[in-house]
Amino acid sequence: MDKSIITNPILKNNPVTVLVLGICSALAVTVKLEPACVMAISVTAVTGFSSLIASLLRNTIPNRIRIIVQLVIVALLVILVDQILKAFAYDVSKQLSVYVGLIITNCIIMGRIEAFALGNKPLPSLIDGLANGAGYGLILIAIAFIRELIGSGTLFGFQIIPESWYMANGGWYLNNGMFIMPPMALIITGCFIWLQRSFQKDEVKK
Amino acid sequence: MDTNKNSYTIIYSIVMVVVVAAVLAFVSLSLKDKQNENISMEKQQYLLASVGLGADANFNEVIKEAIVVDGNGKVINTATSDIAKSEAFNINTAEQTSKIKAMELLPASEQEAARAELRLPVFIADLPDGSQAYIFSAYGAGLWGPIWGWVSLKTDLSTIAGVKFDHSGETPGLGAEIATPWFAGQFPGKEMFVDGEFASISIVKGGAKEGSLNEVDAISGGTITSKALDASIRMWFEAYLPYLKSLQALAATPMPLEGEVVETQEVVENN
Repeated sequence: MDKSIITNPILKNNPVTVLVLGICSALAVTVKLEPACVMAISVTAVTGFSSLIASLLRNTIPNRIRIIVQLVIVALLVILVDQILKAFAYDVSKQLSVYVGLIITNCIIMGRIEAFALGNKPLPSLIDGLANGAGYGLILIAIAFIRELIGSGTLFGFQIIPESWYMANGGWYLNNGMFIMPPMALIITGCFIWLQRSFQKDEVKK
Repeated sequence: MDTNKNSYTIIYSIVMVVVVAAVLAFVSLSLKDKQNENISMEKQQYLLASVGLGADANFNEVIKEAIVVDGNGKVINTATSDIAKSEAFNINTAEQTSKIKAMELLPASEQEAARAELRLPVFIADLPDGSQAYIFSAYGAGLWGPIWGWVSLKTDLSTIAGVKFDHSGETPGLGAEIATPWFAGQFPGKEMFVDGEFASISIVKGGAKEGSLNEVDAISGGTITSKALDASIRMWFEAYLPYLKSLQALAATPMPLEGEVVETQEVVENN
């Protein structure tokens, strides 16, 4: 199988940095690494399986209610993810709060079903969905890494910046509260887009 | 098959909805117990946190009594074992909040009856240092969503022993600070009653006055959440007020408990 189906969405055609999709949740859940990772996994699972199901049903779906059927598939999976998180990862599901439900509005998912899954066989669709979810998740985790480290001085809740550096303990360091606020996530996302485009000149020229 | 026919489209959507509903109903039913257990565990930890204890404390050893009172101070029911399954523990505070709000709008003559409809939870905790604390609830609307919490009072029914607040979606770094230890840490030692009059806790923008008995600092940048929390505590404690007063009277005059309870009931009926 063509390897580009996996590598393209993760690097060259990344849904966040190249297609600029799914930005809203990238701003909302990247304050801490843990919820960002759970969100990345959740979105990957939803994009993968919704593409798989849509692809399996692609020849039966009535064209006129195509979008509704896609929505129902995505909504079903999102509710499943939400229910499972509430049962097995309650703390994280509380931190993600409404954003789990809002996975359904993530344009990447519907976009991949429309653009790929409805015209391709189930296995490539599953892989395409998973790879796009992973491409999104990768950026999410990268943003969360920067925001948690600079904004809170921690990673996964563990203190990384030594306590003795802090002003409260007589040091010189202060957490940068700006990084906790959503605008900073937008700026970091912008920096990633800038970085990627400066390495991928051909993409920009199109 | 022609997938564009009307009949096909309709049958397709009906089958799809039925299948999806069945799957969701099944998942929801099979995960319900686990989810409720999580919610109950969290509430137990919050109650413990409101008297200053960590998650390692044993809920059943600390919380000795769960009481349901109405808005007139009348005790509706008392549970002394299996607190997590008691009526008081499972009261829907959001629902009671809307009842309290509706009650406040009623004319004075109807308030009595509306107050009797309220069901307010009170918990009595035996602390490791031998003292007791009464835990009261609070609930209200924050900036983005509900905020709620537990306020515990010492046995004088005025001095705060501790608080624990939480929220569903206040702004991180601003309103969300109500859930942090530094904010909650301002409350212990403050007084609900100043000079015998109910004053509630004032969350003051610009900082509490030095030596004030009932003021704490608001969160800078989180003004709306601070105000909302102030109003929530005030609203709930006004609902609790008759019960607080009856307990305070009880503490002031050392009389057998039963006689006192009967007396408050009579007052209710006379009105």
